[in-house]
Amino acid sequence: MVDNKKKRLLFLRVAGLVIAVVFICFGGFRGEMNIVLNKAITICFECIGLG
Amino acid sequence: MRFGYSVKRKLLQLIAFGCSNAHLLNFKGGKIYTGKWKYFCNPGLNCYSCPAAGFACPIGALQAVNGSMNYSFSFYVTGLLLAFGVVLGRAVCGWLCPFGLLQELLHKIPSPKLKLKKIFLYLKYVVLVIFVLILPIAVTDYMGMGKPAFCQYICPAGTLEGGVFLLAAHEGLRKSIGALFTLKMAILLVTILGCILIYRFFCRILCPLGAIYGLFNKISIYHLEVDEHKCNGCGKCKRVCQMEVDPVKFPQSAECIRCGACVDACPQTAVRLGFCNRKG
Repeated sequence: MVDNKKKRLLFLRVAGLVIAVVFICFGGFRGEMNIVLNKAITICFECIGLG
Repeated sequence: MRFGYSVKRKLLQLIAFGCSNAHLLNFKGGKIYTGKWKYFCNPGLNCYSCPAAGFACPIGALQAVNGSMNYSFSFYVTGLLLAFGVVLGRAVCGWLCPFGLLQELLHKIPSPKLKLKKIFLYLKYVVLVIFVLILPIAVTDYMGMGKPAFCQYICPAGTLEGGVFLLAAHEGLRKSIGALFTLKMAILLVTILGCILIYRFFCRILCPLGAIYGLFNKISIYHLEVDEHKCNGCGKCKRVCQMEVDPVKFPQSAECIRCGACVDACPQTAVRLGFCNRKG
């Protein structure tokens, strides 16, 4: 019972990390990092309450 | 000499605050950092329009990509949040979030301290779904671009870290102040007052990042464990928890920020925080 719970937890952690790496690589590959950079290096008028 | 979690955590919080906001000279000219580190997201909430900020805000970045012309789902930011969540869970809030540290410092101001009704804890999930996930995609302009609704209408971190300093430095920006800025200043003032009276008021009620990381507390590698054989049920851990969690009953509670106060308080050493499981 405890072993099953531990195995399930391990599976969820490993699966979560694998999906995270795949998502980061895929997002980076299709150019999402450029959108993040462009947004982050210009003053965000919405954030400061003007936009 | 052995330091407790309160000292270790405060030290790491200060280091994380410094690393997140390293470009202090930008305050002088009212500029923001425009280097390549802003390709990457800070694990905690830190406005990228803060002059000192060195990284992108994950909530702002998520809304920016989701609301962009080309994409309506950000794999990149979701992947980063997933990685931070699986490894650390809400320890990000407790140990790494710059706005979390500010809230804790505000709570040190002497005043009557209040408890929070549980029903309010669910508000942050509503904020996450409506303002971060739905509005930037659903409400778009003629070009198909959505606005970061959470940043625009709620985020007090942006008002404080970005708005106040940039508006102080630029007369041109000050001329653009309108009703929206008044609304955001009102939210900031309520947040400051709330944080003085209630521990991590914003973190617990409104923060969408806290809501996301809270969902990972059940599986996060950095976790809290209670040894049922050692625990004598004295309840000290529950009494010292400022997030109002009972670590014995709910060690993986979505509200636990892994601050370690319960670990320091336990006379039986039954409570433990760590990356690995207890042996035996």
